[in-house]
Amino acid sequence: MSTRTLAVVTAGLSTPSSTRLLADRLAAATVSALRERGEDATIEVVELRTHARDLADHLVTGFANDTLRAAIDTVVGADGLIAVTPVFSASYSGLFKTFVDVLDQDSLTGMPVLMGATAGTARHSLVLEHAMRPLFAHLRTVPVPTGVFAAPEDWAGADGVDPALARRVERAAGELADLVTGRPAQRRPVDPFASVPSFEELLRGG
Amino acid sequence: MQFGVFSVSDITTDPTTGRTPSEAERIQAVVTIAKKAEEVGLDVFALGEHHNPPFFSSSPTTTLAYIAAQTTRLQLSTATTLITTNDPVKIAEDYAMLQHLAGGRVDLMLGRGNTGPVYPWFGQDIRDGIPLAVENYALLRRLWDEDVVDWSGRFRTPLSGFTSTPRPLDGVAPFVWHGSIRSPQIAEQAAYYGDGFFSNHIFWPAEHTARMVEFYRRRFEHHGHGSADQAIVGLGGQVFMRRNSQDAVREFRLYFDNAPVYGHGPSLEEFSAQTPLTVGSPQQVIERTLGFRDYVGDYQRQLFLVDHAGLPLKTVLEQLDILGEEVVPVLRREFAAAKPAHVPDAPTHTSLVAAHRTAVGEAVVR
Repeated sequence: MSTRTLAVVTAGLSTPSSTRLLADRLAAATVSALRERGEDATIEVVELRTHARDLADHLVTGFANDTLRAAIDTVVGADGLIAVTPVFSASYSGLFKTFVDVLDQDSLTGMPVLMGATAGTARHSLVLEHAMRPLFAHLRTVPVPTGVFAAPEDWAGADGVDPALARRVERAAGELADLVTGRPAQRRPVDPFASVPSFEELLRGG
Repeated sequence: MQFGVFSVSDITTDPTTGRTPSEAERIQAVVTIAKKAEEVGLDVFALGEHHNPPFFSSSPTTTLAYIAAQTTRLQLSTATTLITTNDPVKIAEDYAMLQHLAGGRVDLMLGRGNTGPVYPWFGQDIRDGIPLAVENYALLRRLWDEDVVDWSGRFRTPLSGFTSTPRPLDGVAPFVWHGSIRSPQIAEQAAYYGDGFFSNHIFWPAEHTARMVEFYRRRFEHHGHGSADQAIVGLGGQVFMRRNSQDAVREFRLYFDNAPVYGHGPSLEEFSAQTPLTVGSPQQVIERTLGFRDYVGDYQRQLFLVDHAGLPLKTVLEQLDILGEEVVPVLRREFAAAKPAHVPDAPTHTSLVAAHRTAVGEAVVR
Protein backbone atom coordinates (compact mmCIF):
# COMPACT_ATOMS: atom_id res chain seq x y z
CA MET A 1 0.00 0.00 0.00
CA SER A 2 1.60 3.25 -1.06
CA THR A 3 0.93 6.64 0.52
CA ARG A 4 -0.15 9.50 -1.66
CA THR A 5 -0.07 13.19 -0.87
CA LEU A 6 -3.04 15.37 -1.65
CA ALA A 7 -2.58 19.14 -1.56
CA VAL A 8 -5.67 21.17 -0.69
CA VAL A 9 -5.57 24.81 -1.72
CA THR A 10 -8.39 26.83 -0.24
CA ALA A 11 -8.93 30.55 -0.77
CA GLY A 12 -11.71 31.23 1.73
CA LEU A 13 -11.24 34.35 3.84
CA SER A 14 -13.47 33.92 6.88
CA THR A 15 -13.07 31.41 9.71
CA PRO A 16 -14.74 29.06 9.33
CA SER A 17 -15.36 29.58 5.63
CA SER A 18 -17.75 27.56 3.51
CA THR A 19 -14.85 27.29 1.03
CA ARG A 20 -12.76 25.51 3.65
CA LEU A 21 -15.76 23.34 4.61
CA LEU A 22 -16.14 22.23 1.01
CA ALA A 23 -12.39 21.67 0.69
CA ASP A 24 -12.40 19.49 3.82
CA ARG A 25 -15.30 17.41 2.52
CA LEU A 26 -13.61 16.93 -0.84
CA ALA A 27 -10.35 15.96 0.89
CA ALA A 28 -12.02 13.48 3.25
CA ALA A 29 -14.00 11.91 0.42
CA THR A 30 -10.87 11.57 -1.70
CA VAL A 31 -8.95 9.92 1.14
CA SER A 32 -11.81 7.40 1.51
CA ALA A 33 -11.95 6.81 -2.23
CA LEU A 34 -8.19 6.20 -2.33
CA ARG A 35 -8.43 3.80 0.61
CA GLU A 36 -11.12 1.83 -1.26
CA ARG A 37 -8.59 1.57 -4.07
CA GLY A 38 -5.89 0.32 -1.74
CA GLU A 39 -3.93 3.54 -1.23
CA ASP A 40 -3.28 5.65 1.84
CA ALA A 41 -3.22 9.40 1.55
CA THR A 42 -2.02 12.31 3.60
CA ILE A 43 -3.62 15.72 3.31
CA GLU A 44 -1.61 18.96 3.17
CA VAL A 45 -3.84 22.02 3.45
CA VAL A 46 -2.65 25.38 2.11
CA GLU A 47 -4.87 28.14 3.49
CA LEU A 48 -4.15 31.02 1.14
CA ARG A 49 -5.47 33.56 3.66
CA THR A 50 -2.37 32.96 5.78
CA HIS A 51 -0.20 33.73 2.75
CA ALA A 52 -2.00 36.91 1.66
CA ARG A 53 0.96 39.16 2.47
CA ASP A 54 3.51 36.63 1.27
CA LEU A 55 1.75 36.61 -2.09
CA ALA A 56 1.62 40.40 -2.33
CA ASP A 57 5.33 40.53 -1.46
CA HIS A 58 6.09 37.99 -4.19
CA LEU A 59 4.33 40.18 -6.75
CA VAL A 60 6.68 43.01 -5.82
CA THR A 61 9.96 41.18 -5.19
CA GLY A 62 9.67 38.32 -7.67
CA PHE A 63 10.56 35.60 -5.19
CA ALA A 64 8.73 33.53 -2.59
CA ASN A 65 9.67 33.98 1.07
CA ASP A 66 10.28 30.86 3.13
CA THR A 67 6.69 30.25 4.22
CA LEU A 68 5.26 30.77 0.74
CA ARG A 69 8.04 28.62 -0.74
CA ALA A 70 7.00 25.78 1.57
CA ALA A 71 3.38 26.13 0.45
CA ILE A 72 4.32 26.16 -3.22
CA ASP A 73 6.57 23.12 -2.79
CA THR A 74 3.72 21.29 -1.07
CA VAL A 75 1.39 21.94 -3.99
CA VAL A 76 3.74 21.21 -6.89
CA GLY A 77 5.08 18.11 -5.16
CA ALA A 78 1.67 16.52 -4.44
CA ASP A 79 0.11 13.52 -6.18
CA GLY A 80 -3.18 15.33 -6.58
CA LEU A 81 -4.59 18.80 -5.99
CA ILE A 82 -7.94 19.87 -4.58
CA ALA A 83 -8.42 23.57 -5.37
CA VAL A 84 -11.35 25.48 -3.91
CA THR A 85 -12.10 29.17 -4.28
CA PRO A 86 -14.92 31.49 -3.32
CA VAL A 87 -16.53 33.31 -6.23
CA PHE A 88 -15.68 37.00 -6.21
CA SER A 89 -17.06 39.23 -8.98
CA ALA A 90 -18.15 36.25 -11.08
CA SER A 91 -14.80 34.42 -11.02
CA TYR A 92 -12.15 32.85 -8.79
CA SER A 93 -10.93 35.22 -6.12
CA GLY A 94 -7.92 37.46 -6.63
CA LEU A 95 -6.11 35.70 -3.80
CA PHE A 96 -6.63 32.35 -5.49
CA LYS A 97 -5.44 33.63 -8.85
CA THR A 98 -2.42 35.31 -7.29
CA PHE A 99 -1.30 31.98 -5.89
CA VAL A 100 -1.64 30.46 -9.34
CA ASP A 101 0.26 33.42 -10.81
CA VAL A 102 3.35 32.87 -8.66
CA LEU A 103 3.71 29.19 -9.55
CA ASP A 104 6.52 28.45 -11.96
CA GLN A 105 5.39 27.82 -15.49
CA ASP A 106 4.85 24.10 -16.10
CA SER A 107 5.16 23.26 -12.40
CA LEU A 108 1.64 21.73 -12.36
CA THR A 109 1.83 19.99 -15.72
CA GLY A 110 -0.01 16.66 -15.58
CA MET A 111 -1.34 17.23 -12.05
CA PRO A 112 -4.74 15.59 -11.33
CA VAL A 113 -7.03 18.34 -10.03
CA LEU A 114 -10.40 18.44 -8.36
CA MET A 115 -11.93 21.91 -8.65
CA GLY A 116 -14.40 23.36 -6.18
CA ALA A 117 -16.08 26.74 -5.71
CA THR A 118 -18.49 28.38 -3.32
CA ALA A 119 -20.69 31.43 -3.73
CA GLY A 120 -23.53 33.32 -2.13
CA THR A 121 -25.91 32.27 -4.87
CA ALA A 122 -26.31 29.24 -7.14
CA ARG A 123 -26.31 31.58 -10.16
CA HIS A 124 -22.50 31.42 -10.07
CA SER A 125 -22.31 27.65 -10.36
CA LEU A 126 -20.90 27.72 -13.88
CA VAL A 127 -17.81 29.55 -12.64
CA LEU A 128 -16.19 26.13 -12.48
CA GLU A 129 -16.67 25.69 -16.19
CA HIS A 130 -16.07 29.19 -17.53
CA ALA A 131 -13.24 30.27 -15.20
CA MET A 132 -11.66 27.41 -13.27
CA ARG A 133 -11.52 24.78 -16.00
CA PRO A 134 -9.85 27.04 -18.59
CA LEU A 135 -7.34 28.13 -15.95
CA PHE A 136 -6.41 24.55 -15.13
CA ALA A 137 -6.30 23.70 -18.83
CA HIS A 138 -3.82 26.54 -19.29
CA LEU A 139 -1.71 25.06 -16.50
CA ARG A 140 -1.73 21.73 -18.39
CA THR A 141 -3.25 19.96 -15.41
CA VAL A 142 -5.76 17.12 -15.68
CA PRO A 143 -8.99 18.31 -14.02
CA VAL A 144 -11.58 15.64 -13.23
CA PRO A 145 -14.88 15.86 -15.14
CA THR A 146 -16.92 16.70 -12.02
CA GLY A 147 -16.36 20.09 -10.44
CA VAL A 148 -18.13 20.73 -7.14
CA PHE A 149 -19.97 23.98 -6.52
CA ALA A 150 -21.75 24.81 -3.28
CA ALA A 151 -24.24 27.61 -2.65
CA PRO A 152 -25.79 28.42 0.79
CA GLU A 153 -28.74 26.07 0.24
CA ASP A 154 -26.32 23.14 -0.26
CA TRP A 155 -25.25 23.34 3.39
CA ALA A 156 -28.78 22.70 4.69
CA GLY A 157 -29.31 18.94 4.57
CA ALA A 158 -29.03 16.19 7.18
CA ASP A 159 -25.36 15.68 8.11
CA GLY A 160 -24.84 19.34 7.26
CA VAL A 161 -25.06 19.07 3.50
CA ASP A 162 -27.68 18.55 0.89
CA PRO A 163 -27.70 14.93 -0.35
CA ALA A 164 -27.18 16.10 -3.93
CA LEU A 165 -23.99 17.93 -2.92
CA ALA A 166 -22.83 14.90 -0.93
CA ARG A 167 -23.27 12.67 -3.98
CA ARG A 168 -21.44 15.14 -6.13
CA VAL A 169 -18.54 15.31 -3.66
CA GLU A 170 -18.29 11.53 -3.72
CA ARG A 171 -18.37 11.30 -7.49
CA ALA A 172 -15.67 13.96 -7.89
CA ALA A 173 -13.51 12.35 -5.18
CA GLY A 174 -13.80 8.99 -6.94
CA GLU A 175 -12.72 10.56 -10.21
CA LEU A 176 -9.70 12.18 -8.56
CA ALA A 177 -8.79 8.93 -6.79
CA ASP A 178 -8.94 7.08 -10.13
CA LEU A 179 -6.56 9.58 -11.71
CA VAL A 180 -4.17 9.55 -8.77
CA THR A 181 -3.99 5.76 -8.49
CA GLY A 182 -3.43 5.46 -12.21
CA ARG A 183 -0.18 7.41 -11.94
CA PRO A 184 3.25 6.66 -10.52
CA ALA A 185 3.83 8.16 -7.08
CA GLN A 186 5.28 11.68 -7.06
CA ARG A 187 7.18 12.94 -8.89
CA ARG A 188 9.08 15.64 -10.64
CA PRO A 189 12.48 16.78 -9.41
CA VAL A 190 12.02 20.48 -8.67
CA ASP A 191 15.48 21.28 -10.01
CA PRO A 192 15.86 23.92 -12.72
CA PHE A 193 19.57 23.11 -12.97
CA ALA A 194 18.97 19.49 -13.94
CA SER A 195 17.58 20.39 -17.36
CA VAL A 196 19.96 23.12 -18.55
CA PRO A 197 21.06 22.37 -22.10
CA SER A 198 24.81 22.18 -22.69
CA PHE A 199 26.35 25.22 -24.34
CA GLU A 200 26.94 23.24 -27.52
CA GLU A 201 23.16 22.72 -27.66
CA LEU A 202 22.56 26.41 -26.94
CA LEU A 203 24.90 27.37 -29.80
CA ARG A 204 22.94 25.09 -32.11
CA GLY A 205 19.78 26.94 -31.10
CA GLY A 206 18.72 24.34 -28.51
CA MET B 1 39.80 40.86 -4.45
CA GLN B 2 38.17 43.82 -6.12
CA PHE B 3 35.65 46.06 -4.36
CA GLY B 4 33.50 48.66 -5.97
CA VAL B 5 30.10 50.16 -6.56
CA PHE B 6 27.57 49.73 -9.32
CA SER B 7 24.86 52.17 -10.33
CA VAL B 8 21.68 51.41 -12.24
CA SER B 9 21.37 55.12 -13.11
CA ASP B 10 17.81 55.57 -11.88
CA ILE B 11 16.40 59.05 -11.49
CA THR B 12 14.13 58.65 -8.49
CA THR B 13 12.29 61.15 -6.34
CA ASP B 14 13.78 61.49 -2.86
CA PRO B 15 10.82 60.25 -0.77
CA THR B 16 11.95 62.29 2.25
CA THR B 17 11.84 65.62 0.40
CA GLY B 18 9.66 64.95 -2.65
CA ARG B 19 12.45 66.34 -4.82
CA THR B 20 13.42 64.70 -8.10
CA PRO B 21 16.90 65.43 -9.47
CA SER B 22 17.12 66.55 -13.08
CA GLU B 23 18.86 64.35 -15.63
CA ALA B 24 21.69 66.86 -15.74
CA GLU B 25 22.14 66.71 -11.98
CA ARG B 26 21.99 62.95 -11.77
CA ILE B 27 24.45 62.46 -14.64
CA GLN B 28 26.96 64.76 -12.95
CA ALA B 29 26.26 63.02 -9.63
CA VAL B 30 27.19 59.65 -11.09
CA VAL B 31 30.48 61.06 -12.36
CA THR B 32 31.14 62.49 -8.90
CA ILE B 33 30.33 59.11 -7.34
CA ALA B 34 32.76 57.30 -9.66
CA LYS B 35 35.58 59.76 -8.92
CA LYS B 36 34.86 59.49 -5.21
CA ALA B 37 35.02 55.68 -5.49
CA GLU B 38 38.60 55.98 -6.70
CA GLU B 39 39.44 58.62 -4.11
CA VAL B 40 38.32 56.44 -1.18
CA GLY B 41 40.28 53.46 -2.47
CA LEU B 42 37.66 51.33 -4.18
CA ASP B 43 38.70 49.35 -7.26
CA VAL B 44 35.68 49.28 -9.59
CA PHE B 45 32.87 51.50 -10.82
CA ALA B 46 30.19 49.84 -12.94
CA LEU B 47 27.31 51.56 -14.71
CA GLY B 48 24.04 50.13 -16.06
CA GLU B 49 22.50 50.45 -19.51
CA HIS B 50 18.85 51.31 -19.96
CA HIS B 51 16.72 52.70 -22.76
CA ASN B 52 13.73 53.97 -20.85
CA PRO B 53 12.94 56.47 -18.10
CA PRO B 54 13.52 56.71 -15.16
CA PHE B 55 17.08 55.75 -16.15
CA PHE B 56 19.57 58.02 -17.88
CA SER B 57 22.37 55.65 -18.86
CA SER B 58 21.66 54.73 -22.45
CA SER B 59 25.29 55.12 -23.48
CA PRO B 60 27.58 53.74 -20.75
CA THR B 61 30.77 53.90 -22.83
CA THR B 62 30.37 57.68 -23.21
CA THR B 63 30.02 58.14 -19.47
CA LEU B 64 32.78 55.68 -18.64
CA ALA B 65 35.21 57.33 -21.07
CA TYR B 66 34.53 60.68 -19.40
CA ILE B 67 35.18 59.08 -16.01
CA ALA B 68 38.31 57.35 -17.33
CA ALA B 69 39.72 60.73 -18.30
CA GLN B 70 39.33 61.96 -14.72
CA THR B 71 40.63 58.89 -12.89
CA THR B 72 43.89 56.96 -12.95
CA ARG B 73 43.40 53.66 -11.21
CA LEU B 74 39.67 52.89 -11.19
CA GLN B 75 38.52 49.82 -13.15
CA LEU B 76 35.49 50.72 -15.28
CA SER B 77 32.76 48.22 -15.93
CA THR B 78 29.06 47.91 -16.72
CA ALA B 79 26.03 46.50 -14.94
CA THR B 80 24.95 45.48 -17.46
CA THR B 81 25.69 45.91 -21.17
CA LEU B 82 22.73 44.60 -23.14
CA ILE B 83 23.93 41.71 -25.26
CA THR B 84 20.43 41.10 -26.64
CA THR B 85 19.33 44.41 -28.12
CA ASN B 86 22.70 45.95 -28.98
CA ASP B 87 24.39 45.06 -32.23
CA PRO B 88 27.42 42.96 -31.21
CA VAL B 89 29.46 44.84 -33.82
CA LYS B 90 28.74 48.11 -32.02
CA ILE B 91 29.61 46.54 -28.64
CA ALA B 92 32.92 45.28 -30.06
CA GLU B 93 33.75 48.72 -31.44
CA ASP B 94 32.57 50.83 -28.50
CA TYR B 95 34.25 48.81 -25.77
CA ALA B 96 37.52 48.42 -27.68
CA MET B 97 37.50 52.20 -28.13
CA LEU B 98 36.82 52.71 -24.42
CA GLN B 99 39.54 50.19 -23.59
CA HIS B 100 42.09 52.23 -25.56
CA LEU B 101 41.04 55.55 -24.04
CA ALA B 102 41.04 54.11 -20.51
CA GLY B 103 44.45 52.48 -20.91
CA GLY B 104 42.97 49.02 -20.44
CA ARG B 105 41.02 49.81 -17.24
CA VAL B 106 37.85 48.32 -18.73
CA ASP B 107 35.82 45.17 -18.47
CA LEU B 108 32.14 44.66 -19.07
CA MET B 109 29.26 42.69 -17.71
CA LEU B 110 26.80 41.33 -20.22
CA GLY B 111 23.11 40.97 -19.40
CA ARG B 112 19.95 40.28 -21.31
CA GLY B 113 17.75 43.04 -19.92
CA ASN B 114 14.31 42.16 -18.61
CA THR B 115 12.33 45.20 -19.71
CA GLY B 116 9.88 43.78 -22.24
CA PRO B 117 9.15 46.89 -24.32
CA VAL B 118 12.85 47.57 -24.99
CA TYR B 119 13.26 44.54 -27.23
CA PRO B 120 10.85 45.58 -30.01
CA TRP B 121 12.30 49.12 -29.97
CA PHE B 122 15.49 47.49 -31.18
CA GLY B 123 13.80 45.06 -33.54
CA GLN B 124 13.99 42.08 -31.20
CA ASP B 125 11.63 39.87 -29.20
CA ILE B 126 12.12 39.20 -25.46
CA ARG B 127 11.24 35.55 -26.05
CA ASP B 128 14.51 35.28 -28.00
CA GLY B 129 16.49 36.59 -25.00
CA ILE B 130 18.65 33.49 -24.49
CA PRO B 131 19.27 32.74 -28.22
CA LEU B 132 20.17 36.43 -28.74
CA ALA B 133 22.63 36.35 -25.84
CA VAL B 134 24.20 33.17 -27.19
CA GLU B 135 24.52 34.21 -30.84
CA ASN B 136 25.47 37.84 -30.22
CA TYR B 137 28.19 36.92 -27.76
CA ALA B 138 29.62 34.24 -30.04
CA LEU B 139 29.96 36.95 -32.69
CA LEU B 140 31.35 39.52 -30.23
CA ARG B 141 34.09 37.06 -29.20
CA ARG B 142 35.12 36.52 -32.80
CA LEU B 143 35.12 40.25 -33.57
CA TRP B 144 37.61 40.80 -30.75
CA ASP B 145 39.69 37.65 -31.14
CA GLU B 146 39.96 37.49 -34.96
CA ASP B 147 41.19 40.32 -37.19
CA VAL B 148 38.97 39.44 -40.16
CA VAL B 149 35.55 37.89 -39.65
CA ASP B 150 33.18 36.14 -42.03
CA TRP B 151 29.94 35.46 -40.23
CA SER B 152 26.28 34.70 -40.70
CA GLY B 153 23.61 34.01 -38.08
CA ARG B 154 19.96 34.24 -37.28
CA PHE B 155 19.63 37.73 -35.83
CA ARG B 156 21.99 40.01 -37.72
CA THR B 157 22.89 40.78 -41.29
CA PRO B 158 25.91 38.69 -42.38
CA LEU B 159 29.49 39.97 -42.26
CA SER B 160 32.02 39.34 -44.97
CA GLY B 161 35.67 40.25 -44.48
CA PHE B 162 34.79 42.55 -41.58
CA THR B 163 37.41 43.99 -39.23
CA SER B 164 36.14 45.58 -36.02
CA THR B 165 38.13 48.70 -35.18
CA PRO B 166 39.90 49.70 -33.11
CA ARG B 167 41.45 46.32 -32.46
CA PRO B 168 41.51 45.48 -28.72
CA LEU B 169 44.35 47.15 -26.83
CA ASP B 170 47.54 45.03 -26.93
CA GLY B 171 45.58 42.40 -28.83
CA VAL B 172 43.65 41.43 -25.70
CA ALA B 173 39.90 41.95 -25.42
CA PRO B 174 38.31 43.38 -22.27
CA PHE B 175 37.44 40.73 -19.71
CA VAL B 176 33.78 39.73 -19.83
CA TRP B 177 31.44 38.95 -16.96
CA HIS B 178 28.05 37.42 -17.64
CA GLY B 179 25.34 38.66 -15.31
CA SER B 180 22.16 36.82 -14.54
CA ILE B 181 19.60 36.66 -11.78
CA ARG B 182 17.72 33.53 -12.69
CA SER B 183 18.89 31.88 -15.93
CA PRO B 184 21.25 28.92 -15.55
CA GLN B 185 21.85 29.09 -19.32
CA ILE B 186 23.83 32.30 -18.75
CA ALA B 187 25.93 30.63 -16.04
CA GLU B 188 26.54 27.85 -18.57
CA GLN B 189 27.59 30.44 -21.17
CA ALA B 190 30.06 32.06 -18.76
CA ALA B 191 31.47 28.64 -17.88
CA TYR B 192 31.81 27.59 -21.52
CA TYR B 193 33.99 30.59 -22.38
CA GLY B 194 35.85 30.63 -19.08
CA ASP B 195 34.48 34.14 -18.51
CA GLY B 196 33.39 35.60 -15.18
CA PHE B 197 29.94 35.09 -13.72
CA PHE B 198 28.32 37.94 -11.81
CA SER B 199 25.34 37.17 -9.65
CA ASN B 200 23.14 40.18 -9.06
CA HIS B 201 22.53 38.64 -5.62
CA ILE B 202 20.70 41.63 -4.16
CA PHE B 203 17.12 40.95 -5.12
CA TRP B 204 16.87 37.24 -4.34
CA PRO B 205 17.47 34.89 -1.43
CA ALA B 206 21.06 33.81 -0.86
CA GLU B 207 20.35 30.13 -1.48
CA HIS B 208 19.36 30.98 -5.05
CA THR B 209 22.68 32.77 -5.65
CA ALA B 210 24.51 29.86 -4.03
CA ARG B 211 22.98 27.37 -6.45
CA MET B 212 23.69 29.51 -9.52
CA VAL B 213 27.31 30.05 -8.53
CA GLU B 214 27.78 26.37 -7.66
CA PHE B 215 26.39 25.45 -11.08
CA TYR B 216 28.70 27.93 -12.84
CA ARG B 217 31.73 26.66 -10.95
CA ARG B 218 30.93 23.02 -11.77
CA ARG B 219 30.47 23.83 -15.47
CA PHE B 220 33.64 26.02 -15.53
CA GLU B 221 35.59 22.96 -14.46
CA HIS B 222 33.68 20.74 -16.91
CA HIS B 223 34.67 23.02 -19.80
CA GLY B 224 38.34 22.74 -18.85
CA HIS B 225 39.19 26.22 -17.58
CA GLY B 226 40.50 25.10 -14.19
CA SER B 227 39.09 23.72 -11.00
CA ALA B 228 35.67 24.85 -9.81
CA ASP B 229 37.16 27.05 -7.10
CA GLN B 230 39.22 28.89 -9.72
CA ALA B 231 36.16 30.16 -11.57
CA ILE B 232 35.74 33.95 -11.58
CA VAL B 233 32.77 35.03 -9.47
CA GLY B 234 31.36 38.47 -8.74
CA LEU B 235 28.53 39.39 -6.39
CA GLY B 236 26.27 42.37 -5.94
CA GLY B 237 25.51 43.72 -2.52
CA GLN B 238 23.31 46.43 -1.12
CA VAL B 239 24.17 48.40 1.99
CA PHE B 240 23.26 51.50 3.95
CA MET B 241 25.41 52.44 6.91
CA ARG B 242 25.48 54.81 9.86
CA ARG B 243 27.64 54.59 12.95
CA ASN B 244 24.65 53.34 14.95
CA SER B 245 22.56 50.71 13.24
CA GLN B 246 19.29 52.22 14.51
CA ASP B 247 20.17 55.49 12.77
CA ALA B 248 20.83 53.63 9.53
CA VAL B 249 17.49 51.84 9.71
CA ARG B 250 15.60 55.01 10.57
CA GLU B 251 17.19 57.01 7.74
CA PHE B 252 16.96 54.31 5.06
CA ARG B 253 13.44 53.02 5.77
CA LEU B 254 11.56 55.57 3.71
CA TYR B 255 13.91 55.03 0.75
CA PHE B 256 13.44 51.30 1.10
CA ASP B 257 9.65 51.48 1.40
CA ASN B 258 9.37 53.52 -1.79
CA ALA B 259 12.22 51.99 -3.78
CA PRO B 260 11.69 50.98 -7.38
CA VAL B 261 12.01 47.20 -7.83
CA TYR B 262 11.13 46.02 -4.31
CA GLY B 263 9.35 48.92 -2.56
CA HIS B 264 5.74 48.66 -1.35
CA GLY B 265 6.26 44.99 -0.55
CA PRO B 266 8.03 43.33 2.35
CA SER B 267 9.31 45.35 5.29
CA LEU B 268 12.93 46.47 5.50
CA GLU B 269 13.49 43.88 8.23
CA GLU B 270 11.92 41.05 6.18
CA PHE B 271 13.80 41.94 3.01
CA SER B 272 17.06 42.21 4.97
CA ALA B 273 16.50 38.70 6.30
CA GLN B 274 15.55 37.29 2.89
CA THR B 275 18.22 38.98 0.74
CA PRO B 276 21.78 40.32 1.26
CA LEU B 277 20.47 43.85 1.94
CA THR B 278 22.31 45.12 5.02
CA VAL B 279 21.22 48.31 6.76
CA GLY B 280 23.20 48.98 9.89
CA SER B 281 26.65 49.75 11.25
CA PRO B 282 29.88 49.33 9.27
CA GLN B 283 30.68 46.32 11.45
CA GLN B 284 27.38 44.66 10.49
CA VAL B 285 28.15 45.22 6.81
CA ILE B 286 31.61 43.70 7.28
CA GLU B 287 30.23 40.61 8.98
CA ARG B 288 27.41 40.07 6.49
CA THR B 289 29.71 40.54 3.50
CA LEU B 290 32.34 38.15 4.84
CA GLY B 291 29.50 35.66 5.20
CA PHE B 292 28.89 35.66 1.42
CA ARG B 293 32.04 33.57 1.11
CA ASP B 294 30.37 30.79 3.12
CA TYR B 295 27.93 30.06 0.31
CA VAL B 296 29.74 31.10 -2.92
CA GLY B 297 33.34 30.25 -1.97
CA ASP B 298 36.33 32.54 -2.54
CA TYR B 299 35.26 35.11 -5.08
CA GLN B 300 36.88 37.90 -7.03
CA ARG B 301 34.65 40.95 -7.12
CA GLN B 302 32.21 42.56 -4.73
CA LEU B 303 30.13 45.48 -6.00
CA PHE B 304 27.79 47.45 -3.75
CA LEU B 305 24.68 49.34 -4.79
CA VAL B 306 24.67 52.60 -2.85
CA ASP B 307 23.19 55.31 -5.06
CA HIS B 308 19.62 54.30 -5.90
CA ALA B 309 16.06 54.92 -4.70
CA GLY B 310 16.42 58.69 -4.55
CA LEU B 311 19.26 58.86 -2.02
CA PRO B 312 20.81 62.34 -2.29
CA LEU B 313 24.38 62.67 -3.57
CA LYS B 314 25.65 63.91 -0.21
CA THR B 315 24.41 60.74 1.48
CA VAL B 316 25.88 58.52 -1.23
CA LEU B 317 29.28 60.18 -0.84
CA GLU B 318 29.08 59.58 2.92
CA GLN B 319 28.38 55.91 2.22
CA LEU B 320 31.47 55.78 0.00
CA ASP B 321 33.57 57.36 2.76
CA ILE B 322 32.43 54.68 5.20
CA LEU B 323 33.06 51.92 2.66
CA GLY B 324 36.54 53.23 1.88
CA GLU B 325 37.63 54.07 5.41
CA GLU B 326 36.06 51.38 7.55
CA VAL B 327 34.58 48.53 5.56
CA VAL B 328 36.67 47.67 2.51
CA PRO B 329 40.09 47.70 4.25
CA VAL B 330 38.83 45.05 6.67
CA LEU B 331 37.12 43.04 3.92
CA ARG B 332 40.26 43.18 1.81
CA ARG B 333 42.40 41.86 4.66
CA GLU B 334 39.97 39.16 5.78
CA PHE B 335 39.14 37.84 2.31
CA ALA B 336 42.83 37.78 1.35
CA ALA B 337 43.74 35.87 4.49
CA ALA B 338 41.10 33.24 3.74
CA LYS B 339 41.86 32.80 0.03
CA PRO B 340 44.04 29.82 -0.97
CA ALA B 341 46.98 30.62 -3.28
CA HIS B 342 45.60 28.71 -6.28
CA VAL B 343 42.43 30.85 -6.43
CA PRO B 344 43.08 33.64 -8.95
CA ASP B 345 42.31 37.33 -8.58
CA ALA B 346 39.89 39.03 -10.95
CA PRO B 347 41.52 39.37 -14.37
CA THR B 348 42.80 42.84 -15.30
CA HIS B 349 44.23 44.10 -18.55
CA THR B 350 47.75 43.63 -17.17
CA SER B 351 47.12 40.02 -16.14
CA LEU B 352 45.35 39.22 -19.41
CA VAL B 353 48.20 40.69 -21.47
CA ALA B 354 50.73 38.65 -19.48
CA ALA B 355 48.68 35.47 -19.98
CA HIS B 356 48.31 36.26 -23.69
CA ARG B 357 52.07 36.78 -24.12
CA THR B 358 52.77 33.52 -22.30
CA ALA B 359 50.33 31.68 -24.58
CA VAL B 360 51.78 33.28 -27.73
CA GLY B 361 55.32 32.57 -26.53
CA GLU B 362 54.49 28.93 -25.96
CA ALA B 363 52.99 28.70 -29.43
CA VAL B 364 56.19 30.16 -30.93
CA VAL B 365 58.37 27.72 -29.00
CA ARG B 366 56.29 24.78 -30.23
